[in-house]
Amino acid sequence: MSVALTRRPGLGRLKAARAPLHLACLGIVALVVLAALLAPWVAPADPNAVDLGNALAGPSPDHLLGVDAAGRDTLSRLLLGARTSLLGPLGVVVFSTVAGVLVGLVAGWRGGWLDSVLSRSTELVFAFPGMLLAILIVSVYGEGLLAPVLALAIAYLPYVSRLTRSLVLAERERPYVSAYRVQGHSAGQICLRHVLPNIAPIVLAQSTINFGYALMDLAGLSFLGLGVPALTPDWGRMVFDGQTAIQHGYPLSAILPCVLIVLTVVAFNVVGERWADRVARRTP
Amino acid sequence: MTEAVLQVNGLCRSFGSVRAVDEVSFTLPAGGSLGIVGESGSGKTTTARIVVGLEQADAGEVSVRGRARTGRARGRAERLARAREVQMVFQDPYLSLDPRTSVEAVLRETLRLHFPGTDHAARIRELLDQVGLGTRAAEALPRQLSGGQRQRVAIARALAVEPDVLVLDEAVAALDVSVQAQVLNLLADIRERTGVGYLFITHDLGVVRCVTDEVIVMRHGRIVESGPTSQVLDAPQHAYTRLLLESVPRPGWDPERIAAARRAL
Amino acid sequence: MNPGEQMNPEDSVNPEARVNPEDPGARVNALDIRGLRLHLPGAARPVLDGVDLTVAPGETVALVGESGSGKTLTSRTALGLLPTGATAEGSVLVDGEDVLTMGPERLRALRTGRAAMIFQDPRAAINPLRRVGDFLTEGVRRTGVMGAADADRRAAELLDAVGLGPELLRRHPGRLSGGMLQRVMIAAALMGDPVLLLADEPTTALDVTSQAEVVALLDRLRERFGTGLLFVTHDLGLAAAISDRVHVMYAGRIVEHGPAEALFERPRHPYTAALLAATPRLDAGRGRLAAIDGQPPDLRQELPGCAFAARCRYATEPCRTEAPAPGPVACHHPLEGSRADD
Repeated sequence: MSVALTRRPGLGRLKAARAPLHLACLGIVALVVLAALLAPWVAPADPNAVDLGNALAGPSPDHLLGVDAAGRDTLSRLLLGARTSLLGPLGVVVFSTVAGVLVGLVAGWRGGWLDSVLSRSTELVFAFPGMLLAILIVSVYGEGLLAPVLALAIAYLPYVSRLTRSLVLAERERPYVSAYRVQGHSAGQICLRHVLPNIAPIVLAQSTINFGYALMDLAGLSFLGLGVPALTPDWGRMVFDGQTAIQHGYPLSAILPCVLIVLTVVAFNVVGERWADRVARRTP
Repeated sequence: MTEAVLQVNGLCRSFGSVRAVDEVSFTLPAGGSLGIVGESGSGKTTTARIVVGLEQADAGEVSVRGRARTGRARGRAERLARAREVQMVFQDPYLSLDPRTSVEAVLRETLRLHFPGTDHAARIRELLDQVGLGTRAAEALPRQLSGGQRQRVAIARALAVEPDVLVLDEAVAALDVSVQAQVLNLLADIRERTGVGYLFITHDLGVVRCVTDEVIVMRHGRIVESGPTSQVLDAPQHAYTRLLLESVPRPGWDPERIAAARRAL
Repeated sequence: MNPGEQMNPEDSVNPEARVNPEDPGARVNALDIRGLRLHLPGAARPVLDGVDLTVAPGETVALVGESGSGKTLTSRTALGLLPTGATAEGSVLVDGEDVLTMGPERLRALRTGRAAMIFQDPRAAINPLRRVGDFLTEGVRRTGVMGAADADRRAAELLDAVGLGPELLRRHPGRLSGGMLQRVMIAAALMGDPVLLLADEPTTALDVTSQAEVVALLDRLRERFGTGLLFVTHDLGLAAAISDRVHVMYAGRIVEHGPAEALFERPRHPYTAALLAATPRLDAGRGRLAAIDGQPPDLRQELPGCAFAARCRYATEPCRTEAPAPGPVACHHPLEGSRADD
């Protein structure tokens, strides 16, 4: 397959050559998703319950992973933080995939001037750093998860649309597509029923990789204090809140979310790459 | 002579400065079989693609049973009507079927489009039977079938529309000799039974001899010779036709002389 | 081609004619495959089942078969290119040396030197980004067989031999036609001055008239350089037209071998006869072909008897249970007289 997925330097080299690493990553993904789903039931304490008397306490039977500077239970915040931390990237990926596939499909299938317009405009977005766009939008619309998610979705759209376009271009030339045209099927039907299912695995592999990137970017925005409101438990926000505690010698509440972010990003990346490799090896 | 089912008049098509098809005209009588022979770049495939509507002609006219089919089809009704005029079987059976669609689903899709509201299950059985595939093959995905079986599926799919003309673009070139013979025989049977007309695009003169009534020899986009198959193959008039015939390997064959003749032409 | 000049096929099968470093006068076969058996993991039977085949220097031998018959596998084995996980038995001697026991270093030297291959699709076998000159000289320069200047001179010489001008050295492959590219491939194959040339369907992707040109060229070069040529093809007519001897393969076994003309005119194995009868021929009439019913046996299927028994109209009980002995005609009841399927 000549189509290349878009990867960031560094992370792209992280591939699971051996099965154990891939399995471990799959396990991490499953664990994080499970934690996000079950957070309200498994969290030992209210993540926003302030217990100032206990602030910056280390691990204890009451607070398994300690307490942050505001006296909130770190474990509970991590568990509930998984929700916002995964929901945001999910939004980014869903929106960028749906819109990107649509743009790429139309550009690739119709070609001509429409292709030029769509391709140029997505390249325009490409040239503009996603984070900068997000900061811009957040500063205009204020706090909240929606603004950064939307901004990053727009920033990620070209990754998906470019890939889709090149896949559609290749797929359109295949004789089976010609065969359906000769049979009298409409272009829309052929795209929806045949072209899309055939290119879907590769696009979804790209989206899985994008998920990791989006998680990293959103955490970065939260760390900058943009994005999620102050009280919402969120991994990036937790790092931001915990940085002063590190200076005071209590690193747990900031380092744990850091570790989780890194692990999750790497896990999604490895799983996505492995998937992409397997799809690419499967000859049509 | 029976009436013409397919009529092609003064077809021209250029790609840049290359005249891929240049003033090509021919007639296919109802239920007849016409071969177009030529090498790559002769314009035979472009001609076929114009006839089925995958490519547009710069000039000239294609008509089936007197109905013109030049220009793009407008609207669903015309698209379907055109599909029922001409169907096509492609060269590579590995690429001409959607890898994700089962044999039955391929046929059902076509039948649903062209004959909504009829009993598709019975017709699918009939079509599979017609191309010599058992009902067991119906469930299979293309990759579970051999090349010959896939080409049978492609033929069944084309026949499902009940076309007047079937364009076969190198339809047996990718098959093994023993399987190729099976498919050629099958095509002969189908023509006898249904009266569909064949436009047979091929580079193989043996195949032309075997399945066509009339033949056209194309070179550089033009027709250099045409006539009844036996006449063209037994008493070729044009030097290029003679070269093609001599190029077919056989014992005592002299490739050196053919190479010289090719350079001379 | 002059069949008279050829060594007797019986001679080449004679083990005495093989490697004899003490006596340079003895002829060493360019290719000598004996009892080659190739097992693939997960297959119920060997993909190659006791293949015997020799190619003498300066001789053209054709290996004919349908897809899946193992003809390509056989030719690739001569370069030590085995499918992953495959285990091989028997011996494959190229210029007297067993390929199956060679280490990777020797194999690389073999592939750039004494044995070379021409593939079906020249476009797939050449890097479109490199110039033709680089492509030609790459192999010999990397293995240090030749210096850069020598390699360039040889490349220009060979391009001339295949009927192309030296200006092509600077061109990119994308600009060349299929026929020209295949001639470049042939020139590349001759760079290491091979004793054995393996041509795997070298003309299948070409037009009929360019086919003649490439075949004529191969023939001329074989004569000039004394290279042994193994020509792998599915086209029995082509095989008969160009080679001295023909081997017909079916389901991993050689079912018949013999002088080309005799095999084409009077096939003795039912499969060879059926294959000829199924080929649409120019000198035949219109009408139905004698198709072979059924399909070649699957690899998952064991074959205790003759591989062709299930499709053979002459098959009897022993055909299904007992594998025929290898020989010129591996069959329990070879056909007699003229073409049996006419």
